Amino acid sequence: MKDIKIFGPGCPKCKTLHQNTIEAVKLAGIEANITKVEDIMEMMKYNVLTTPVLMIDGVMKVKGRVADVNEIRSLIA
Amino acid sequence: MFDWLERSAEWLVRSVFGIAAQTRGGDALVFFFYDTVKILILLFLITAVMGVVNSYFPVERVRNFLSRNRLFGLEYLLASVFGAITPFCSCSSVPLFIGFVKGGIPLGVTLAFLITSPLVNEVALAIFLGMFGVKTTVIYATSGILLGTLGGMVLGRLKLDRYLTPWVQEVLHGAQQEGEMEAEPRSLIQRMPDILREARDIIKGVFWYIILGIGIGALMHGFIPTGFFESYISKDNPLAVPMAVLLGVPMYSNAAGVLPIIQVFVQKGVPIGTAIAFMMAVIGLSIPEATLLKKVMMWKLIAIYFGVVAFFIILSGYIFNIIL
Repeated sequence: MKDIKIFGPGCPKCKTLHQNTIEAVKLAGIEANITKVEDIMEMMKYNVLTTPVLMIDGVMKVKGRVADVNEIRSLIA
Repeated sequence: MFDWLERSAEWLVRSVFGIAAQTRGGDALVFFFYDTVKILILLFLITAVMGVVNSYFPVERVRNFLSRNRLFGLEYLLASVFGAITPFCSCSSVPLFIGFVKGGIPLGVTLAFLITSPLVNEVALAIFLGMFGVKTTVIYATSGILLGTLGGMVLGRLKLDRYLTPWVQEVLHGAQQEGEMEAEPRSLIQRMPDILREARDIIKGVFWYIILGIGIGALMHGFIPTGFFESYISKDNPLAVPMAVLLGVPMYSNAAGVLPIIQVFVQKGVPIGTAIAFMMAVIGLSIPEATLLKKVMMWKLIAIYFGVVAFFIILSGYIFNIIL
């Protein structure tokens, strides 16, 4: 079970990344726990500087941009 | 460089749409096609070049650098330059602000970064280049960076830390130099796909703003007589610049939406300094920005921040009117 976190205060880019991730997980057919982190304090714990961030199992894979469904699929595979 | 494009736009409107280019509608249409394509080409080139530059200075590295080095005042200039080369996204400004302050970077230096970031960025530069040429673009970029530097220095002097929201002050006390979290080095060739993808995303993000901005600009270009604004706003009116800035502060648009309209203002007789001051106020300061900053700053600090930045925008408006 993969642990996926998306950091973003709720801007359009962050929402797109969140949706793309849900889509990618569905397509990849894996089990994953997706959480969206909107709290700034929480973000600071992880040293997030540019949003949105896609974190998979504790590693920041995408920073400051939106990744498309295919890219996320290859990251979680 | 773009003669071929202007000729193709004229040909397209005349032959394909069957409208004579000299009519008002034809003129507006040629302007629309020509500007749109030219700006999209420039936008792609500049975002790619800035992407390459930026890939050498990711924001984590910038933060670590500014956090470790005290450079006798030069850090304000550096923060401002870094602000210019970092792609701007308004929703990143709060995490970025906290991240900088948490890394022990002084408030003034952090603000220098934050002032320049929206003013000078790849989108603004590309459109500027397409509309006003190289000289004006260089002067704009330089003055934007200086504005951030001076603004940061002044704000740094004012001892404003006590006007940060309480939880940020706590972060400030626990501040420490940070050095971890740097990505493993990759060669430029390895980074290139990411850079190009990001360039594509940036263009996608502003595409409709550009079309809309140029569309409105083209209509104004075709239908407002040359010199129309001159009778209202002239160089001789000393209040024109502050008025333009006061008008621009509450408004918000990104560079892509507002610049095509500014270009028409200038063509129709608004002094360029006044127009640029208006544009800087629109993209650099806004009510949405203030509400975002409310999370980290008390109203008093936001007011001082906006006041100082607006002052320097007005100043650069006057300077632009003198030298351009």
